[in-house]
This record gives sequence, C-alpha cells and structure tokens, in this order.
Amino acid sequence: MARVVAVTGNEAVAEAMRQVNPDVCAAYPITPATDIMQRFTGFVSNGKVKTEMVLVESEHSAMSACVGASAAGGRVATATSSQGLALMWEELFIASGTRLPIIMTLVNRALSAPLNIHGDHSDGMGARDCGWIQLWSENAQEAYDNMIQSFRIAEHMDIRMPAMVCLDGFIISHSIERMEYLDDAVVKNFIGEFKQLNPLLDIEHPVSYGPLILTDLYMEYRRAHAEVMSKVSQVVLDVAQDFEKISGRKYGLFETYRLDDAEIGLVILNSAAGTSKDAVDVFRDKGIKAGLLKPRLYRPFPYEEIGEALKHLKAVCVLDRADAFGASYGPLFMDIASGIYPYKDRPLLINKIYGLGGRDYMPEHAELVLAELAEVAKTGRVKTFKEYIGVRE
Amino acid sequence: MKPRGWKELKPGAVVTEPGSAEKFKTGSWRAFRPRWIEENCIQCMFCWAYCPDMAVRAKDGKRGEFNYDYCKGCGICALECPGKKGKKAIVMEEEGK
Ligand code: SF4
Ligand code: SF4
Repeated sequence: MARVVAVTGNEAVAEAMRQVNPDVCAAYPITPATDIMQRFTGFVSNGKVKTEMVLVESEHSAMSACVGASAAGGRVATATSSQGLALMWEELFIASGTRLPIIMTLVNRALSAPLNIHGDHSDGMGARDCGWIQLWSENAQEAYDNMIQSFRIAEHMDIRMPAMVCLDGFIISHSIERMEYLDDAVVKNFIGEFKQLNPLLDIEHPVSYGPLILTDLYMEYRRAHAEVMSKVSQVVLDVAQDFEKISGRKYGLFETYRLDDAEIGLVILNSAAGTSKDAVDVFRDKGIKAGLLKPRLYRPFPYEEIGEALKHLKAVCVLDRADAFGASYGPLFMDIASGIYPYKDRPLLINKIYGLGGRDYMPEHAELVLAELAEVAKTGRVKTFKEYIGVRE
Repeated sequence: MKPRGWKELKPGAVVTEPGSAEKFKTGSWRAFRPRWIEENCIQCMFCWAYCPDMAVRAKDGKRGEFNYDYCKGCGICALECPGKKGKKAIVMEEEGK
C-alpha cells in the first residue's frame, strides 16, 4: 500500500534514493541540494542502504567519482545545485559521451554573481545541451516519481544516458507537501536489477574507457549520440505507462492543462505551473479559453509533439525562469518557438522572464499575462515580445 | 580497413578488444628517426625501459632493432643511452634525409 506522507521535496528525493539503493553515490554539499545527500548519508550510516558513499572535496570530484563508479559497472546517483553543477561541467559531457546512466537530482538554483541561493532555472538551462536527459518536476510528488522513472529510462539498453531530475530550489525542495510514497518492494521490482554494459571491473572481459577519438571518428560518435537521444521519448512514454500501473499517476512527455480547446496558453516549467493553472481556471470561469503546457521531458526536447499540442492556439506566452543574455529570448521560449515554427498557421508567441533568484511568482502575474494574451489573440498584434515580470523599474 | 560508420560504433567509445592499440600504427608521426649503433651498445637496456611506447625490441634479454611501426621519434632513448666511452649507441637523424 502506498503511504501518504507530508514531506519536503528533498525528503521525497532522498526517500526515492533509499528505495533504489544505488551501488555508489558521490556527492558534495551545496544549498539547496545539501539536504538530499545529508538525509541519504543518514540512510547509509544507519544501514538502511548498501550504497558505497563517497564524500569528495568538490562537485568536479563528485561527478568524476560517479563517472568512475558507473564505468566500473555500478548503479550511481548524486545530487547538486547551481555552482555545483557549474563546477561539474566538463564531467557532465564525459558522463554522457561515455554513455554512463548516472542519475542526478538538480535542485534548481540561481547562478552567481550576485550570489543567490534561491530557485531559478539558470543552472539546468546552462546544462541543457550537455547530452543528458532532463526531467523537470512541478512538486515533491513529481520529483519522487521522476526519480524512480529516471533509473529505468537512463539504464534502458537502447539509451544508456545520464539523466537529471530537476525541481525548484526551496519552493519545492524545502516546502512540505502531501504526497504518496510507493512501497519499497514495488519500487525495487519496478526499477529491476541493474544491468551492466562493458563494466571495467569485469576482468574476464577487459575494456578501455575514454580513448582518443580524432577527426576520423568523432563526428560519427556525435551522430550516434543524437540517434540515441531520438529514442528517449518513446522509452519515457513506455516507462510512464508501467509507472502508472504501480502508482495510478499518469505521466507523458509534457502535461497539458485545459489546452485542447484553448485559444490562449501559457508554457511554463516546474513549480510555477501550479500557480499558473489556478490563473487558467480564473480565466476559464470568465469564459476565456485559456490553457497551459508544462514540459516534463525537456532534453531531449519533444519538438514535434509540443508543436502539435500548441499549433491550434492563437497566442502563447512562454515563461522563463532563466534569462539568456544576448540571445534575446529565454531558453524555453527558443525551444517552443522551434517547435511551432514548421506550422504555417501558428500562434503568436511572447516571452516573459519571471522569478529570477527566487523572486515570487504570484497568481496576479499569471493573470496579467493571460489578460495580455487575450488582447493579442483578439487584435492579432504583439506590443512587446520579451518582457520581465515582477521586476521594479 | 573500411572506415566505420556511425551505426557500427560501440556505445561510449568503449574499447572492448584488449591490446587493439597494436593495430594503430603511429610511426608516421615521426620527424626524427633513432638509429642504433650496435658497436657502442653496452646492453644496459635503458632504451627499452625508457621508451614511452614499446618501440625498442628485446629478445632473450638482448637489445634488438627499433620497431619503426610505433616509434614516434621522441628521442628519449637517445637522451638516456649511456653508450660506450662517450660514444652514443643511439643517434637521432632527421627523417627523409
Ligand atoms: S625515439 Fe622515442 S619512441 Fe622511438 S624508440 Fe626512442 S624512445 Fe621509443
Ligand atoms: S640505452 Fe644505449 S647502450 Fe643501453 S641498450 Fe640501449 S642502445 Fe644499448
């Protein structure tokens, strides 16, 4: 029987890790992800898991140790945030290029400078094209569910890619919510035994990792990587289907909310999607056909499916909790724009940057955006394509 | 050997065939070529030990000829070679001369 609990997002992630019982975890503390590994090391010390816990001296070392342990043939997990992810940068590419199915929780936090510890997507957005799979989560339940599914996705024999599970720093990581835990045995059975692929520790079959690949083969390896990424969506859907059987909770590549007959819509990631859904309801009550799309699988980005889901709308606002300096638009906006680009009749698109460094995103912000969209849909004209909301002049 | 296409690659560039580096001949990288002068050789085997590749052959504990398929011409063997009475047993000569 599922257990109903009141826990923080970090607690839920730590619980998922306890249930998965990885072979190796290597981690270095950083706010707001610290709490995950602190709780998990507690499980290690109290004999609740058999994990080899490696406490390292930096995030660069944490990811390096994860790479080594994964190549050796273990099931490996870690967690980080912000500057920690930034310090892991070169190892992120090594993990993905070497096709190591490491699972990492990314508790999204703003990047320095100026120093800020709060929820913001600039860390995850910076790492969106490093070859990892990214699953984003609205709340503690989704973070927990994504964690459990991520092991099946990353370790799938056709995939073998590292995966990041993202949740909003503090807003989710440190807030208590009601959610449901699955039984230990159910989780164990769902993820199954870890299957090794060319493990370094198999001395009967010696292998070498990390060879030099020059002009004669590098491009072929990159092409092969892209091919694997193109198969991820289907695996995510298959795993979600199996997950629904054990949990009763439905997951897709993205979530749509009152979108089917909508004329105006919001596209937004993670926790702020919850607030936005309330605003959508307010507009629906006023007779305005509003809807919402919340990406879940952000990398590889399901361009076609999202384009298909949005193409019938008249006006869409993409809300980004990260700016892209010099790129004009936020990162999510650019992906959504690419998704709807192939359609001749496509919605008018605007971009709002919100919530940087943990700035509150309130229902009235969402309502202002929807009101603007209603105007854009009516007149067919956009006044400003990109704007910052909730910022003082 | 026909160059491999992207569908034929092992995941993550993992090399699953032990010792396959032997198939990768690196001798063409060489700009200088070591020459062994046997009469000055005292059979100390320094060259064999110091060569960062495995380009100095040895047989029955005796120094053999260079293996030019792999020798990159780094000159370490020539530097380390003590030779006999001040005369080196290995000299580096420019390739193509
Ligand atoms: S030149 Fe360098 S690579 Fe060639 S035999 Fe001497 S030490 Fe080895
Ligand atoms: S280092 Fe010089 S003297 Fe010693 S074995 Fe090699 S060639 Fe002969």
